[in-house]
Amino acid sequence: MSLIKIQTNIAISDSGFLFNPATGESFSVNPVGLEIIRLMREGKNETEICAAVNNTYDADPAIVERDLHDFIHMLRQHQLLDNNGGQNN
Amino acid sequence: MADRIINIGVTGLNAIDSPGPGVPVIRGLREAKSFKARIIGLAYEPLEPGIYIDGLVDKTYLIPYPSAGTDMLMARLEHIQSVEKLDVIIPNFDAELYSFIKLERALKNIGISMFLPTMEQFEERHKFNLDEFGKKYNLDVPESKPVVSQSELLKVAKEMGFPVMVKGKYYDAYAANTPDQARNYFDKISAKWGLPVILQKFVKGTELNMTGLGDGNGNTIAAVGMRKQFITDKGKAWAGITIHDYRLMEITKHFIATTKWRGGFELEIMKSADNTYYLMEINPRIPAWVYLAVRVGQNIPEALVNLALGNDVKPYHSYEAGKLFIRYAYDMIVSRERFEELSVNGELANIADNQ
Repeated sequence: MSLIKIQTNIAISDSGFLFNPATGESFSVNPVGLEIIRLMREGKNETEICAAVNNTYDADPAIVERDLHDFIHMLRQHQLLDNNGGQNN
Repeated sequence: MADRIINIGVTGLNAIDSPGPGVPVIRGLREAKSFKARIIGLAYEPLEPGIYIDGLVDKTYLIPYPSAGTDMLMARLEHIQSVEKLDVIIPNFDAELYSFIKLERALKNIGISMFLPTMEQFEERHKFNLDEFGKKYNLDVPESKPVVSQSELLKVAKEMGFPVMVKGKYYDAYAANTPDQARNYFDKISAKWGLPVILQKFVKGTELNMTGLGDGNGNTIAAVGMRKQFITDKGKAWAGITIHDYRLMEITKHFIATTKWRGGFELEIMKSADNTYYLMEINPRIPAWVYLAVRVGQNIPEALVNLALGNDVKPYHSYEAGKLFIRYAYDMIVSRERFEELSVNGELANIADNQ
């Protein structure tokens, strides 16, 4: 599975507050979302992220995988991922 | 150097819901590191709030409205100059800029410097010239056309397709979804601001703003980007946040380099869904949110005064992203005597009011 990279300029606080300095938009994510973003920054791929979340939360792997897909889709939609054409770098 | 006192006249003290930039400009001047400012407020009305803010202006004079003509304005400024020995004036209203640009040489002759766009720059960036401006300087602008009659309005609107923006030549803009709405807005705007009325293709997207300062030789002295976070019903920013948008900065530098812009400005830019950056408007003066730029590291009013005085000014190269400004309304209690003094005598020293 592919690597999902958060744009390097996104500011992420310990409280789960995300700020995109290129667009001025801010978002908040819950603790699981924050953990996933941390794993992305560590260079983990989707499979490794799913495994890490399953280990920590003892959740149904199918549901974790589906939710992770949704979450990544949301990050992409908000132009927080690296593969958005480089407009906001 | 910090002890050097510069006498600076500033207009735009109307810190109201559609605020003039005078108060934030003065806040920037008060924080200048290269000089100490003595501020003379130049007001059109005795109720402009900036006159009474504690510690903001040292003294205020009433000046005639632009409609009174440049002779009246010059006569008033000559009187003020005989008393105050102004070094610099910073005009902050679109509507007064024409008069001040016309008077630039005459004011220089009595010792007052300014740093304004040239008359050519001022004229060619008008809303009704935006199409030509975009072509001349290779900037993306939404298709727009000035119209002078209802029949022309409907013909052009149909060609552009609804919704369409109906704009006044100086102020006011409405999105019209139907021919009837377009007709109504045309009547409303032409009655208030005259003809032509401008029709502009509607661009859906995110509005971004840039304030900056050009040295008149094509160099960028300052440039700070902002995205509005909260907008009043008049379309004015009540809160905003600084941003680092690479393309926005590129466009700004291109604008300054190609027009050789002289003075402060604000660019209003719409970033569309397909990432095209459309230049919507050029305000030929410092905007009312300039204090945000000051506090993130670029003191535009200070740099503008130094340029006006012919001093060497080093360009700013960076600023902090993610800093917000949030406006608020605040009631001042002012004694009748102070209001009376300004109304009757046309001038008022700013002494703290304890009543």
